[in-house]
Amino acid sequence: MTTDVIESGGGLDRSASRRVRRGDQIFRLASSGAGILLLAIMAAIAVFLIVKAIPALQKNSANFFTEKTWNPNAQPATFGIAALAFGTVLSSLLALVVATPIAIGVALFITHYTPRRISGLLGYVIDLLAAVPSVVYGLWGLAFLVPRIQSPEQWLQKHLGFIPLFGGDSVSGRSILTGSIVLAIMILPIIAAISREVFLQAPNAQAEAALALGATRWEMIRMAVLPFGRPGVVSAAMLGLGRALGETIAVAMVFPAAFTVSFRILTPTGNSIAANIANGFGESGPTGRGALIASGLVLFVITLVVNMAARLIIARRKEYSRAGA
Amino acid sequence: MAKRIEVSGLAAYYGKTRAIEDISMTIEPRQVTAFIGPSGCGKSTLLRTLNRMHELTPGARVEGKVLLDDDDLYGTDVDPVVVRRNIGMVFQRPNPFPTMSIFDNVAAGLKLNGVRRKAQLAEIVEKSLRGANLWNEVKDRLSRPGAGLSGGQQQRLCIARAIAVEPQVLLMDEPCSALDPISTLAIEDLIASLKGRYTIVIVTHNMQQAARVSDTTGFFNLAAQGQPGRLVEMDDTNKIFTNPAEKSTEDYITGRFG
Repeated sequence: MTTDVIESGGGLDRSASRRVRRGDQIFRLASSGAGILLLAIMAAIAVFLIVKAIPALQKNSANFFTEKTWNPNAQPATFGIAALAFGTVLSSLLALVVATPIAIGVALFITHYTPRRISGLLGYVIDLLAAVPSVVYGLWGLAFLVPRIQSPEQWLQKHLGFIPLFGGDSVSGRSILTGSIVLAIMILPIIAAISREVFLQAPNAQAEAALALGATRWEMIRMAVLPFGRPGVVSAAMLGLGRALGETIAVAMVFPAAFTVSFRILTPTGNSIAANIANGFGESGPTGRGALIASGLVLFVITLVVNMAARLIIARRKEYSRAGA
Repeated sequence: MAKRIEVSGLAAYYGKTRAIEDISMTIEPRQVTAFIGPSGCGKSTLLRTLNRMHELTPGARVEGKVLLDDDDLYGTDVDPVVVRRNIGMVFQRPNPFPTMSIFDNVAAGLKLNGVRRKAQLAEIVEKSLRGANLWNEVKDRLSRPGAGLSGGQQQRLCIARAIAVEPQVLLMDEPCSALDPISTLAIEDLIASLKGRYTIVIVTHNMQQAARVSDTTGFFNLAAQGQPGRLVEMDDTNKIFTNPAEKSTEDYITGRFG
């Protein structure tokens, strides 16, 4: 029907509409090209990691997934991801647990508790913090935190030692706890900056509805801002977690590089995949490099799984997150 | 439960701009009072001063007095949160909480007031939904999200939410302007049925609506472009629409301007 109208309607400028369509086509090609390129890069990285890792994995005389030690340059080569993956996930989760509530608090403070002029400045400072290179955080952790954290650690161990996390019979400045604190400080600005954007977009209509019911400011935030912002905050936390999982240089500087699996975060334990790669890549032989690349592949998969889990969390609440009129 | 509102010498500002000035009026309990007038004449601003929502806009402030029976809403020791718990409001666009179920939407105000007992909540939620003529449509899906309802149902949900806390006054800011005629009729019927229990103030752009639902009508206008809005006259709705005292009222209701 429509084509009939266009073909019989002599008054329509058909060349003009064709021009518009060409623009459409170019845009479609460009955007789908960008999308495909992204997938291709992902696939290329995965293929690279797999191809480089296989020879080293074949020489490995231990089980890659359960072995804790890392001696790929020995004869025979024995190495495994267990301690590294454990340290990576534990330190990142601890960092997330510490950073997320503070980041939400900071974001709410900026969006709902400060006058507009000051909130702009604070938001700018947070963006600036997010831009500080990670080696600076590492230096701070090493030079400031490591020497000073021992006495609070001793206190924790003495008084809260019955909690497995704080157990053990010695403490170390270089520990999972120290690394987690450095990571938490690093990911705090990312989570806060994104949460701030999300909270700013919370619809005013629902905020007014809450206030008109006689909600205090905090009650209004709980009714109208936090539920709306939840998917965004989850995304922000996952971005922060992604950065914490992959963070290399800062944790390489504060972790003791011990190959152990222990929840005792105050003791001299802790290492991470990325830190191990940074520390080991320079002095590794071909098998050593292959082994490190295999560990990189594991990190890649962990990050992928984390992101997919985040998507699931967000999708589960989708029906409810549809913002009303 | 329904209370009388007395406004005297009221002016409201947005920053340095005076939006309305010199407003004095009495709003009778158990009646519907309609505010009509051209856009920008300050009727919504006045409505929002009646439950202290106006001052939530940055830089906004109010001068003058608003008495709810004998209590000054703007008294120095009065908490605006308490004012808003006693004076409910329904907005132009339906604004149910999208993350909450239908039940939780209606229960939201009750929970703010500390009602926690399940049985009591369920009883008041049902009563409020019946009061808002919505019960039969939603009783089988109370746990579904409120945002899944039609626009008219959402607005009645918002009215149920507002009356659940048994306010003394119900303010409605153009409650039908985003709705189709059938939903509008449903809301108008609802207003008529709520009238016996509440003091209702409704802002509307629809003069037929004002004529249909209200007992008293106030006509607002600007003295001139850029001047603050004023109350031109306020009287029985019948008189305003048949024999207004002021020429500008007659011009407005007969469609000669505005």
